[in-house]
Order: sequence, then C-alpha cells, then structure tokens
Amino acid sequence: MVFLGGQVLPGNVGRAILGPFADQRAVDALNHSLGVDRPLLVQYGSWIWNFLHGDMGTSYVFRAPVAPFVIDALGNSMKLALVAFVLVVPIGILGGVIAALNFNRPLDRIISLGGLSVTVLPEFVTGIILILIFGVWLRWLPIAAAWPKGAGFFTQLYYLTLPSLPLFLVLFGYIARMARSGMIEALDSDYTRTAVLKGLPWRMVIWRHVLRNALLPTITVIATQTGYLIGGLVVIETLFRYQGIGSLIFTAARGKDFPMLEAGILTIGIVYAVATLIADFLYSVLNPRIRLGAEQ
Amino acid sequence: MSATDTPVSLPTPDTAQRSPWGEVLHSLSRSGTFLTGLAIVVFWIVCALFGQHFVPYDPLASDIINALTPPAADHWFGTDQLGRDVFSRVIVGSRDILTVAPLATILATIAGTALGLVIGYFRGIVDDIVSRVLEAFMAIPVVIIALLAIVALGTSKITVIVVIGLSFAPIIARTVRSAVLAERELDYVAAAKLRHEGALHTMFVEILPNVIPPILVETTVRLGYAIFAVATLSFMGFGIQPPSPDWGLSISSNYGMIGGGFWWTVLFDALAIASLVIGVNLVADGVHGAFND
Repeated sequence: MVFLGGQVLPGNVGRAILGPFADQRAVDALNHSLGVDRPLLVQYGSWIWNFLHGDMGTSYVFRAPVAPFVIDALGNSMKLALVAFVLVVPIGILGGVIAALNFNRPLDRIISLGGLSVTVLPEFVTGIILILIFGVWLRWLPIAAAWPKGAGFFTQLYYLTLPSLPLFLVLFGYIARMARSGMIEALDSDYTRTAVLKGLPWRMVIWRHVLRNALLPTITVIATQTGYLIGGLVVIETLFRYQGIGSLIFTAARGKDFPMLEAGILTIGIVYAVATLIADFLYSVLNPRIRLGAEQ
Repeated sequence: MSATDTPVSLPTPDTAQRSPWGEVLHSLSRSGTFLTGLAIVVFWIVCALFGQHFVPYDPLASDIINALTPPAADHWFGTDQLGRDVFSRVIVGSRDILTVAPLATILATIAGTALGLVIGYFRGIVDDIVSRVLEAFMAIPVVIIALLAIVALGTSKITVIVVIGLSFAPIIARTVRSAVLAERELDYVAAAKLRHEGALHTMFVEILPNVIPPILVETTVRLGYAIFAVATLSFMGFGIQPPSPDWGLSISSNYGMIGGGFWWTVLFDALAIASLVIGVNLVADGVHGAFND
C-alpha cells in the first residue's frame, strides 16, 4: 500500500532530480538506471524482496543506500519518543489517579481541564510557546535538538527535554483522562466496596484492587497513541531540526525521494504493528481473564 | 395572531412544551463552556470577515526599514522580518484556516454520513469489508496521509480540504454506523420496509433525521481536529501558501529567527491558534453535553 502510494504520485522521478531544464534524453537515461521505467509489478516484487533482505533501496537524492539513513533516523526518533514516554506514562497516570481520588473537587477540575486544553493544541503551537519560555526568555534549555557530536547520555537528555515536552503535553491529557475514568469506575465497583468492608487499609485497596483494574484500558490507549506519536514526531522534528524518522519522511516527501519515503513509512508501519502487539501482550499479562490463546 | 391560532407547535418560551431541539438550544444557552467557546469562535469569524477594514496596517504591506521592531505604540505586536505589522496579520490571519477547516469538516461529514448509513444499514459483508478498510485508514496518522497526498497532488487549498475531509470521513462513518445499528432495529424502520420503501429512502429519509444528534456532536469535535490539522499542514509548508497572513504559515516563516530573541513574530500567531482551537473544543464540549443530558 505504501509502495503504491509512492508510485501513484505523479511527478517524473528523473525530472524531479535533474530539474525542469534537463534534456529529455538525460531524464530517460536516469529513469532507466534507477529502474523506475520498469513495469510497476516488477518494481514492487523486487522492492519487497530487497526490503526483506535489509536492502531498502537507493536514495534518488543522496545516491546512497537508504538503510543507514533510516536506521540512524529511527534510532534518534526512538530516543526522543522514549524520553517523552518515560515522562508521560507515570506522570499521566499519576495525574489521572489524583484527579479520580479528588473527584469533582477543584484539583480534579484543574487536572482534567488543563489536560484537555493542552491535548487539543497542535504540537508546533505548544512547541513554539515552550521554546519561547524555556529557550529564549529563561535560556534554560537549547532550542535545537541537535547535540554536539559525541555527547554523553546526559547531554543528549538535556537536548531532548524541550522537544519531548510538546509530545508530553499532548499525550498527558489522553492518558490522564483514561486513567481517571478507569479509576472512577474501579472505585465505584463492588469489589472495591468489598475490599474496604473487609477492613483492608485504604492504601492497600488502592494498590491491589483499584489500580490494577483501572490501568487496563489506559494501556490500550497508550498503545493506540503510538500512531499519533509518529505523526507528532514529523512536526516536532521539523520544528527542532532533529534528524529523526519524521523529518526524514518530511524531507523525502519534499524532494520526491521515493525509496527514502517508502522505506521511512514502511518502517513506521512496522514500529506501529510491533507497538500494538506489545500492548496486546501486556494487556493479557495484566488481565488474567484474557490469556493468549484462550477461548474468545 | 395568538398562540392558540397555530396548531402547529412552534418552539415557545413555555418551558413545559419545548421541542427536543428547543431543549438542546435551551441547555446550550445555559452552558458556560459552550458560550465561552462560541464567543472566541465568533470573535475570529468577525476578524476573518471584516478584519481587513479595521486593522491599522495593510497585513501584506512590507516596510523593510521598520523590519523586526519590537512591540511598541505604533506597532502593537511589533513587525516581522519584512516589516509587516504583526497585529494586522494576526487579526486577518484567521481567514484561510476558517475557510479550509470548515469545508474539510463538511466534506468529511457528508462522505462519512453516507458511508456510515450504507454500512450500518446493510451490515453483513459490505460492513465487514468497508469497516476493515476504514480501520486500516485510521491507523495511519493524518499528517502522513496528508504528506503523501500533497506530494502527489501538489499544494493547494483544495488538496488540503480533500485530504483532511477524506481522512476524517472514516471516523464519522464509524460514529454514524453505530448510531444506525441501533436505529435500524426500531419499529419505524420496520414500518418503512413494510411500506416497500426503497433502501435509499429508508436510509436518508427515515433513519438520517434520527441520527442527526451524534453526527452534529462528531462534526463539532472534528472541526477542532480539522483546525489542528490545517494549522499543522500550513506550518509544514504543505497547506496555505504565502503571502497569506495565515498563522501556521507565519510561524513557519518566522520561527527560524526565534533564537535571535524576536519572540513577537511567532508568539501572537501561536496564541491565536491556541485560542481558536480551544474555542472550537469548548463549543464541541458544550454541544456534546447538550445532547447527552
């Protein structure tokens, strides 16, 4: 599907590389050497075959194999996404839990409304505002994500803090909201009442009975947000000039570098599928009622 | 004419006899969230329609000598790198996003409603196949779909409208489908079938009016996301094109200089987008509340 998307895009590849004033014969020759004048089906077959063998094709623009670019970019994006995730998952869940325990009190209102407001804002808007506050006015954090070569772990982390914040804000609202409604439902349930009535300490009830049930739907939400996160990465990486998979796709799309574009998007598809699989697995581990391979 | 002369009941101020729609309007008019959101949205609509008549400067007129001046009495929000007045540009900048995003939402609503009615009404194999395809579509982030489509079709407002409209249609179709699944079991649908009404008539004349509330709610929610998407695409350079004073576009052409401390060239545009998005979401929240109480 990705491949077809790339091929349906009109726009002569040779023409795009050589520019509008190139000789038609030169364009044809280049098209031939790149193999883009072969029938679609032949191209598709060889593309899939090569991808499975780790050969993602040759970039039209850089005239070099795509794979190292994609792998580098994926690594960078993973770092960024990881920082955002490590921040947002505990804080988001904590926010939701606190909101639920203070149901309908001012603290709940603040967390719910605040979370909702930052969630609906485009990442580049929150990004710009955060850059202004922390990068330009306070000068606490660098405004570009590219760290000096050979930087250590903490330096990289320092450079990644600001770019991960907009992703954090968007995800925070979703995760907190799910955790909150899961908690409210669990707090309201019969098993919680039973646990309280049989004299368990409140802390124990929350940890052992409420949280465990409340977090199940939250995990599903976190997994579905990976798809969103990837879309967000395109924007954030452009804004912070970060060499990740999002900016790779963006640059490839602008330069009509189809092998790069296709490899990038297919990679994202694989990441998405893996994330969904992991979520399903986690869900079954945490929920004894759904075991892998069981009935239903 | 007194009220007793009209047997057809018009919505009357009498609380006891309010039509369902009157009920919704009444609850909207008492919802603080809805009214706040509406005020913000109306403010930007007025700016889009009449802004050019009351702004102090021509939003497109450059004045290189006064480029990048900080906010002051004669330029409230300062000037950008071409010396254009930022205040005037922010006010007029709502115009493009407020045409593109609603048109995309309308397209999504029409396409999604038609699709949702068909798959919800026929169910069976049509539903199975179409639903799987829709799910596959929804798994791809809108930004990626938009990126591919815009590379393919070139950048224009029409492309943006079509791309966002079509990528939101599956979500609306899913909402309509689940509403139709509940409706099709009701007696009035069976009655229509007994009268030998055609499938099209049953879907669009009988069922459609009854699933309007969820469609309205979903449409207002989608409008918020459409503004999100249009702003993002303009920022990426794939949407509205220069020299439009569009907010996303202004940010994208000015944020490169942010390190130099020229904060006024981007801050006000960012705040404008933020206010519009939050305004639309407050409206959506209010509409959702009014239909679900």
